[in-house]
Parts: sequence; structure tokens; C-alpha cells
Amino acid sequence: MRKITLVVLGLLVLFAAPAAAQKKTLVVALNQDPDILDPTLSRTYVGRIIFSQMCEKLYEIDEQLRIHPQLAAELPQITDGGRTVTIKLRPNVKFNDGTPMDAHSVKLSLDRHREMKGSNRRSELAPVEAVEAVDRLTVRLRLKAPFSPLLAQLTDRAGMPVSPDAVKKLGDKFGTAPVCVGPWQFVERVAQDRIVVERSPHYFDPAQAKFDRIIFRIMPDDNVRLANLKSGDIDIMHQISPTDATALKREGKFEISNVTGLGYQGITINLRNKTGKTQPPGDLGTPLANDPRVREAFELAIDREALNQVAWDGLFTPGCTPIPPISVFFDKSRKCPGRDVAKAKKLLAEAGQAGGYAFEMVIVNNPRERRVGEVLQQMAREAGFNISLRPQEFASSLKDNDDGKHQAFLIGWSGRVDPDGNIHHNQTCKGALNATLACDEKIDALLNKAREVSDVDQRRALYREAIDMFTARRNIVYIYHQNYIVAFPKSFKGYKAVPDGLIRVKGTSWN
Amino acid sequence: MFEFFVRRAFISVITLFVISLIVFAGVRAIPGDPARVMAGTEADEAGLQEIRDKYGLNDPLAIQYLRWVGLALIGDLGESIRTRQSVVATVAQKLPITIELTGLAILVALAIAIPAGVFAAVRRNTIWDMLASALSLGGVSIPNFWLGIMLILFVSVHLGWLPASGFVPWWEDPAGNLARMIMPAVVLGTALAAVLMRQTRNAMIEVLSADYIRTARAKGLTQRGVVFRHAIRNALLPVVTILGLQTGALMGGAVVTEQIFVVPGFGRLIVEAVFTRDYPLVQGVVLISASAYVLINLLVDVSYSLLNPRIRVRGAGEP
Amino acid sequence: MSPEGTATAASLALPAAVAAPGGRLRRAWRRLRRRPASVGGVAVVLLFVLLALAAPWIAMTDPLQTNWSQIRRAPTLAHPFGTDDLGRDTFSRVVWGARISMQAGVFSILLAMLAGVPLGLVSGFYRGALDQLIMRLTDAWLSFPFLILAIGLVTILGPSLTNATLAIALGATPTFVRLTRGLVLAVREEDYVQGARALGAGDVRLMARHIVPNIFSGLLVQATVSIPTAIIAEAILSFLGLGVQPPAPSWGTMLNTAQQFLDSAPWMALWPGLAIFSLALSFNLAGDGLRDALDPRDY
Repeated sequence: MRKITLVVLGLLVLFAAPAAAQKKTLVVALNQDPDILDPTLSRTYVGRIIFSQMCEKLYEIDEQLRIHPQLAAELPQITDGGRTVTIKLRPNVKFNDGTPMDAHSVKLSLDRHREMKGSNRRSELAPVEAVEAVDRLTVRLRLKAPFSPLLAQLTDRAGMPVSPDAVKKLGDKFGTAPVCVGPWQFVERVAQDRIVVERSPHYFDPAQAKFDRIIFRIMPDDNVRLANLKSGDIDIMHQISPTDATALKREGKFEISNVTGLGYQGITINLRNKTGKTQPPGDLGTPLANDPRVREAFELAIDREALNQVAWDGLFTPGCTPIPPISVFFDKSRKCPGRDVAKAKKLLAEAGQAGGYAFEMVIVNNPRERRVGEVLQQMAREAGFNISLRPQEFASSLKDNDDGKHQAFLIGWSGRVDPDGNIHHNQTCKGALNATLACDEKIDALLNKAREVSDVDQRRALYREAIDMFTARRNIVYIYHQNYIVAFPKSFKGYKAVPDGLIRVKGTSWN
Repeated sequence: MFEFFVRRAFISVITLFVISLIVFAGVRAIPGDPARVMAGTEADEAGLQEIRDKYGLNDPLAIQYLRWVGLALIGDLGESIRTRQSVVATVAQKLPITIELTGLAILVALAIAIPAGVFAAVRRNTIWDMLASALSLGGVSIPNFWLGIMLILFVSVHLGWLPASGFVPWWEDPAGNLARMIMPAVVLGTALAAVLMRQTRNAMIEVLSADYIRTARAKGLTQRGVVFRHAIRNALLPVVTILGLQTGALMGGAVVTEQIFVVPGFGRLIVEAVFTRDYPLVQGVVLISASAYVLINLLVDVSYSLLNPRIRVRGAGEP
Repeated sequence: MSPEGTATAASLALPAAVAAPGGRLRRAWRRLRRRPASVGGVAVVLLFVLLALAAPWIAMTDPLQTNWSQIRRAPTLAHPFGTDDLGRDTFSRVVWGARISMQAGVFSILLAMLAGVPLGLVSGFYRGALDQLIMRLTDAWLSFPFLILAIGLVTILGPSLTNATLAIALGATPTFVRLTRGLVLAVREEDYVQGARALGAGDVRLMARHIVPNIFSGLLVQATVSIPTAIIAEAILSFLGLGVQPPAPSWGTMLNTAQQFLDSAPWMALWPGLAIFSLALSFNLAGDGLRDALDPRDY
């Protein structure tokens, strides 16, 4: 017995020491297990981090959100009043199974995104009427109407060509062994544990792939990811919490990259959704839904800066519009409303709620959202609001929100490169995500117009006007933009913090 | 004997049938539309219909149930909505990990419980005995998720002795696997150790006061000889039985333990499946775990009756 | 419902019921007094009851009052247990948390007994087809790992203290069905029951006058050792975010929050955990003493 104990202890001591860093393999920790690794079907954010290494796109964004060609040879030619988009492809590109990527395979891929059963790309490519292979390296998209956000869609999964051979072999199980164009290729996946990719022999720019293998480890717990980062068991930690980031920075051994994301966090206030978002709107009969003064008072009770300090150690980005500051469409002249408790109380009194007003706010059930909810609850209490918080699981909360069962809902949006993707669905009368059933034809007209014109200054002006209108309506009270914080050892070089927060291993290396 | 076995097996089949009904009804009762979850935030109504058709969510419940049970009987539990991997394959991937974890936990528990229990019985009513029973009560009372957090805090974060988690398959790196499994195994084994220790002590006391032990003593055997040659062996039978009965509790404990230490096993699979409304996965996983429990209990009953014939006479339905 | 739960149920089935009713309480008290640890356990349980009842006077700071200039402060005189991520006083939250834990622990077991004891009584008293039906359902119910059952139930009903209590109660019910049935089976063949029957006592009278009083002590012991398990179960559910609603202080929720700050504010994880541990331990000590006190066999 004693001998065995000694042996076990000896083994533990021997192997508990941090293993010598495997310099040829990069280990990245993710906080969530991605869903299916099929660009057509994928929905999760973390899935996109995997795609970033093995599925390149026609276009790519940089740190300033500018769009560059990736698998395309140049930016597209837009003709016919915006109805025709012509894309020249980069020559001599091969999929990771060695088959050539040409106009034909790109057409097949885009058609798969547009037409496959259960495709999650369908709505992103909805404006596309037809895809044509003009010659071996030219693809033409014919649009139903001019749609300026389309280019931005092609910088994400909708712009990922997939190998037609692999699709033919695997069909809707393509995601179990995906084949695209990329510096690395898929090796294996163990659900809830790891995803492994290795250097592709077919990639057109092999010098960019400095690692033989990348292992993605799934570690949902923040502490666990952090402990593994410190012990050297993982190299890159994604989504580090602000508190931990501050502490880690102080230690001085790791580099912290912090970038404002593309999305927003806000409070969605139900205005007219009584029986479901596809049903006709109805009167909810509550002052929160019917009296704009109550909603204004609520917004005036919120101190965005303080919220950011308390909940996020000041590392996120306060905001009051759906457009993140990095975007070229961001309106630099806008000032967010500050906290004004006196005015809030006055407005409440004018609305006949001088004695205080109570409502229920649903929050997604996790400790971070709960903290934000509790801070808001406390801020609002000082202005005469009595908010009860109801945590709901993500899955149920989305459905209940659609069904009109919420008064207020603390929910964010992960964000899109083009502002249209952050606004149109939520703020237009028939928007697919407009669960508050707020409806104003003037806002619709502005947002539709912004889809048609492609001039940046013109679009910025249109968005400014629309934002003025719907932020006064307050069906969504925007409060901050989430930041993406990534930590890695100081010897890791070449990391680019793009606002979509995805880790791009291409071009990075050990110093 | 044969009759007893048939009867016991028949009862198990009925229990399994009831279980399948409960599982099926329970999963349908969970609010939240799986089609909505799968389709993501931007799905339109047509897309939702397509998904519902594909997974047969539009069929009458009776049809859905019969289809599910029928396929389950031939070993097909469908495929996960989320990853499109087959449920059976997913479980086959996860189960060995949880079996390893519970196996280690049982080892940890036995390594603590048997020596401590025997010692407490031999030194009955001394300070050692009291210490052992205090420890045992402590083990039952400590919330294992808190124990896990505290272990991570001290052993991993402060001392940096063991990796906080991150599973490595044993065939890739046996030592790394052990280093990562030892804390979860300790956490999972604590409550079991406490139960087993008490059981061992009581069984030992009973055996030590039995006639044949007195005879052995009278014949001049030393205390050591009595304890090691005769008593332990006889005292272990009820302990082993209790161990069998604890499998269900161990599986439940594994859920929390795997959650804390991020062990990608069966327990985390269940929780994740519930939270993502992966109907086929939830149904399959819960059915499998419940069936395993029923089977293990059947085995325990049968083996116990083989070892202890008195049980048979009383019939299966009795406690 | 728990490892301990079922194990003790099995070991309890016989001895407690055999004891003759007269003078039992006094003897039990004498036995209990011989075990200082159990007396201590009872004392600590009473202390927690006091904490729960007198929370407003013991914890002078409002457990909900946030203070954003005092976030995650280490323990000081003003905040003996430190403050949490919103600057609330951890001591006062731990004290108020006793209310929720006690409520969940005691009510869920009471509910479980309310459902389980009559079922077990009927099952054991009448036997036959009804017994078979109840036992098969109980078997099926027991074969789900308790936590899975609770998670499923709370997901169906929505997270709240009431629903968590219900889920725990449902999880504990089969233990009481089985235990009651076992105890009834042992008692119903006793001479005094047979005697009463021979004298023409009806079923209801038999159960109420002769059976229930004789199985009561066994049930009481089981209840005492089930409560700590229920308290831990509530903590686990709250820990998973399926219990009380924010900002109410619950030990499990506090631990859930604390987990994000293990590195920077370890005290947030220490105190709520210690509270759960000591409350569960003292219940177990009390239950242990009670069992020995009511059990004529001398261990």
C-alpha cells in the first residue's frame, strides 16, 4: 500500500510540472463548444474561431473594419445600379483536399448557403437572386435589389467556399469533416473537449502558417482557462474576464489584447408584442410600454460609465447606439445621455408614477448577466423604479421574448461588420428580430435607403437620423459594447485584434 | 433461483418502460422550442418548419414516442441536433471518461474508508473512533462543488501543484490524465468514502462480536490475526453491496464534479444537452443512465441473492 | 435522493420500529446526552435557526445594499467577511442566506414526507397490485440521478426558490415511500397490531393509532439526515443558477458568483461554503445522535 502511494505521488510530481512548451503546436482555449463545423449550418460564435484557421472567405476585415480581398483577387465591381456584383477570384487556390477552387466551386458553395435545408446563411444572402460562374475565375452575383451590406456578409461564413467533392461525399454531415481553403485543415474533434487542425499542404501562402498544429481546447470555466494559461498548458486564452485581465496585466507575464466588439448590449423593452411577434400588435396596457416618459426616466436612471466600472472593471465600452465606435459609420458627435436622477423622478411623476414604478426585467441566467442586472436594478431603484429580475435560460428567454411574454429583457447582439446587421432586423416594422413590434415607417424608410446607397458618408447620415428616432423611442436602450479580451504570453508575436474578436492564428509566431 | 431471476428481470423491464415514458414526457415538457434554438436568432417561420419536419417534431406525440422507442430497441438513439453526431457515438465517446472518473473515485473512497473503518471498529469508543466518525460526517456534509472550488483554489491556483482541469485521454498521456483526474476523483469519492467508512465500521463491529470470532480469540489468535484473517473478509460483503447501491448517487455526483473540473464526460453532456434543448441527446442520455442504474441494481440483487440465499425466500418486492 | 439518504433508510428499516413506546423519549434523551458531538450539532442547528429568524437584528447591514466604492474588499472590521462584486456585505448576505437554506431544506423534506409517507403507508399496508404499481414508479423515479431530475424539473418550471424546493421534494419522495413501506412491513406483523386487528380495528384506525406512531421515530431520523442533503441540493441548484432569484442572498448563488473571482476575492467563496458545510454537518450530527438515541442497538 505504502509503496503504491509513493509511486503515485512520484508520478504526480513528475508530470504535474508544466510540460515544456510544444513550440510547434499552438493551444487555444475556448469558452464554449462550437456547434456543427459547417459554414452553411453553423450558428455559434466560437465556431467562427475554428473557421478562421481552416475556412477562408472571399473577403476579410482588418483591425479598422476595412474590407480586403482574401480568396477574391480584388474588391468586387458593382454595376447595374448595385444589382450586379462581379467577383474576381484569386488564381491557383486549392481546397485542403487538393481540388481547385474556381468559379464553379464558389458558385456551388454560395448556392449551398442560399438553398440548403436548414441553412443559417439563407437570410444573409437573401438579396441574391442568382449566382453565375462567368469564367474559371469570375463569379457574378445578381441581386434582387441593391444591397450594400452584401460585401460585409461575404467576410463571414456566407463568403466561405467549401470543397464540392467533400460536400458530395458527406452531404449534410459535411461539418463532421469540413474541407475548405485555409492555412490549416481539420483533423479531429472530440465533443466538449477539443478540435484539432494541422498545417495544410495545399494552402497558397504556406509561409503564413507557422504552427504544425493548432489544438482548440474547450474550457467553459474562466478559472480553469486562467489556471491553464498560467501553467502554460494553453497558449492563448479567449474571452478572459475583465477582472482576471486586470490582475494578469499586473503580473506582467502576459500580453492582454482588448478590443471593442461589433455588437451591443441593451435592454429590449416590449412595446406592442402581446401575443407573439408574428401576430398583430396589441396594447400591453402598462406605463412602461405606453408612456415614453417612463422609458426615458428609466434610461436617465442608468449611469453607463459606472456600470462599466462596476460590472466590467472599466474594460468594456459604454455606448448608446447599436454601432460600435470602431465602425466608419459611428457618429463621433453623438453624446450619450448622462445620469439624471432628479429628471428621472420628475418624468415618472409626470407619468403619474410618483410613488415609484415596478416592472420585471428578464436576464439570461449566468453570473455576468446577473451582475449587470443587479447593477441596473440598484441604479433604477434610486430613481424610483422597483425592478424585479427574473433569470431565464437563454433558450427559453429567446422564445418567451418572441412570444411577447417579457416586459423588459437584458439581451445583446453579437454584432455584424455592416451596421445594417445590427439595426435593420431589430428596428424595422417587419424585422425578423423585432420582438417589441415597435413600428415607424419613417425609420423603415431610412434604414431601407441605407441598404441601397453605397456611399459611406450618405449612409452615415441616414443612420444618424434613424438612430436619433429609435433611441428616442427606446424600444431598445443601448448600454454598452462588449470587448473581446485575449491573453497570451509576451513571446507570442503578430496577433491582430480585429473587432469581431476572432483569433486569427495566420501570420502569428513565437518570437 | 431461476424463477427469482426471471421475476426480477421482468420487474426491471417494466421499470425501464416507465422510465422511457417519463423521459419522453419530461423532455417534451421542457419549455423552449428546439427548432428555434437550432435555427438561431434570425430564423424565419419557413426555416423553423423545415427543421421541425426534418426532426419529426410535427408528428403526433404517440408516433414520436413509438418511433423513438422502436429505434432505441435496435440501438439507434438518433443524432444530436447540435453536432449531428449520432447519440450512441457521442455517448460512447463520453462514457469511458466518466467510468474512469467514478472508478478512480471508488478507489479513493475504498482506500480511505476501509482502513479507517476497520481501525475505528477495532479501537471502538476511543478518540480515534470518534475522530473517524467525525470525519465521516464531515465527508457527507461537505458540498462537493464547494470542495472542488476550494481544491482548485488551493492546489491549483495557489500552490500550482496540479492542473485545474482540462482533460487528457489516458492513451495519449497516462500521467497527465492521472494528474488531471485525481482532484475530481477525490471530490467525487469524498461522500462515498464517508458512507463506506461508516458501513465498514458497523459491519466490523458486528463481525467482531460474532461467535466464531470469539472462538478464534479463545483459541489464542492475536487481535491482528483475528482482524486480518477473519473479520475483514466477512465484513466486506455488506460494504460491497452498499457500493453497488451507490452507483446512482455517483452518477449524480459526477454531473457536478465534471462541471467544476470541466471533465468532458457523461455528466457534462447531460447538462449541456438540457441547456441547448438537444432533444434526441437529452432523451438518449437520460435513458441510458437510467437503464444503467436499473441494470446495476438488477446485478446487485442477483449477486446478493447468490451470496445470501435468505433474500430469495422473501421474494423480490421486499426491502 | 442521495448517497446517505438511501443507505440510512436501509439500515433504519427494522430497529427503530421495534422499540416499545413507553418511556422512550426519556431514554433517548439520556443517550443523546452521552454524545457531546450530537448535542453540539443540535446547538448549531438551533443557532442557525436563530440566525435565520433574527437576521435583521444580527446583520445590521442591508444584504442588498450595494456600494460601488467598496467592491471585492478583503475582510475588515466593518465587513468581517469582506464584500462581494457589487460591494455588498458578505457577512450579512451569509446570515440572510441562512433563511433561504433553512426554508428550502426543511420545506422540501416536509413536502417529500407529505407525499411519500401516505404512499408508502398504503403500499406497505395493502400490498398487492397497488403496492406493485407504487413500487415500480418509485423504482423508475429513483433510477434518475437526482440532480438530473432536479435540473430537468427546474428547467420545466423556471428557476425560483419555490420550484427548487419542489424539485428537491420530488427527488426525496421515493426515499420516504420506500422507507415508510419497509417500516410498515416490519410493524404490521407485530403482535400489538395483529391484536388490534383481531379486536376489530378498522384499517384507518390501525394505521393512525398503531402503525404511524410506531414508525414515527424512524421517519424522524430519516428527515433529520435528509435535510442537510436537501440544503446542499438547494445550494447546488442555486449554484447552477436554478434557485433563488437575484439579488436575494443564497449561499449557492453567492458561490456561483464567487467562482468568477477566485483569484482576486477568495473570501467570497470561503464563507458561504463554510456556512453550508457547518449547517449540513450539524444537522448530520444531530441526526446521528437521534438515530443512536432511538435505536436500542448499541453501536
